[in-house]
Amino acid sequence: MKQTLRFTVNGHPVQVEVEPHWNLLRVLREELDLTGAKQGCGEGECGACTVLVNGAPVNSCIYPVLEAENKVVLTIEGLLGEKNELHPLQVAFLEKAGVQCGFCTPGMIMSAKALLDQNPAPTADEIRHALAGNMCRCTGYVQIVESVLHAADLMSRRTAQEPV
Amino acid sequence: MRTYQYLKPTSLAEVLELLKHYGPKAKIVAGGTDVMIQWKKKLLSPDYFISLRNVPELNFISYRGDLRIGSATTHRTLELSPEIRNNFPVIRDAVSGLGSVQVRNSATIGGNLCNAAPSADTAPPMLVLDTEVKIVSADGERSVPVRDFFKGPGRTVLEPGELVRELCVPEPLPNTGMAYWKHTRRKAMDLPILGVAVLMSFGEDLKTCVKARIGLGVAAPVPMRVRAAEEFLEGKVVDEIVLNEAGEMASEQARPRSTIRGSEWYRREMIRVLVKRTGLMCQERAKGEGRS
Repeated sequence: MKQTLRFTVNGHPVQVEVEPHWNLLRVLREELDLTGAKQGCGEGECGACTVLVNGAPVNSCIYPVLEAENKVVLTIEGLLGEKNELHPLQVAFLEKAGVQCGFCTPGMIMSAKALLDQNPAPTADEIRHALAGNMCRCTGYVQIVESVLHAADLMSRRTAQEPV
Repeated sequence: MRTYQYLKPTSLAEVLELLKHYGPKAKIVAGGTDVMIQWKKKLLSPDYFISLRNVPELNFISYRGDLRIGSATTHRTLELSPEIRNNFPVIRDAVSGLGSVQVRNSATIGGNLCNAAPSADTAPPMLVLDTEVKIVSADGERSVPVRDFFKGPGRTVLEPGELVRELCVPEPLPNTGMAYWKHTRRKAMDLPILGVAVLMSFGEDLKTCVKARIGLGVAAPVPMRVRAAEEFLEGKVVDEIVLNEAGEMASEQARPRSTIRGSEWYRREMIRVLVKRTGLMCQERAKGEGRS
């Protein structure tokens, strides 16, 4: 039997009728039309479904949707700025060719977002550790790490330019 | 349609009441990184899942020399805890290498132990720390040393209606070094071919071992201690030769299987090597500042 679930997605409060056995990814993609997060393995191995719940990256394909109640969920769609401008991570992935087929990209970027939120100037090793749960079957890992380093650089410059 | 009711109790008393009420129709779920996959694969189909995610009494780290960890504490919380990093590096070694950040944000230490995989990363560290497992049910509570907790692959001493509440780790002796070595083919997202934890406490000279603990994962159907090798080390001035001998004893005592991740002879060979290597790490750590 369906239950009413309330939570926040990308800054907007939502209310949705869900089956108790649904996972968060299914609800994001099929009820809320947020198809950025991808279903890869469906077992929490590949990271294509990564979204942030209260700021922490989780595999949404095995995250029981009822646990999202009253929580704050951020997906790749929520990274766009107020005027639809790309997030520095998205810019960096484009500029440094961090995207090949693109299937892993939303998950990669969300894991990278969680890292940069905690650690604005990570080393390449720290980036690899943080992204270890995101598989890229095109194997473009070098460019992905470069993209995150570039994003950190873009964000630090942006912060430096902001009026005090 | 295959479905279930998903129950979200907010107190331990409520969890225990639900467990008692629904009996075998219910299954406990903590982080769900094992259980939800088992459900998806139709390995289990309970009518009710009882979630531990919203029970503050099961989610805590309390450090006052000794250490208490609530069973529903995530690996990520443990990984980021300064108390764990500074005082129990063997736990940090294990939790920071388990799965991915995403998995560690959900998966809990109680879930890792109760799932009772021979490869459970947190089991060898808990073994060498002489951890007591505090178990509760609606009818009372009991305490079991972690070395008696595992009964077989996927099986523990937990009876129907029982739940692990917390893990109690006694305060280590002065001059203690402890480390966990996860032997894998890949650096992440892999189960160990072997998991080796060693803890050694030294006398004032930092050379004479006064207490030794060796815990092995994937070396037998359940995570095991190697009492013979521990007793061999205690009282000795520890060096590479002595540790090598302890490793040989551990290798003899182990009962590894040949599996897709490694064959029996390889595991035996590596137990010898890794007990020595992890023992040397312990010695380094005991000499270093603090215990890290």
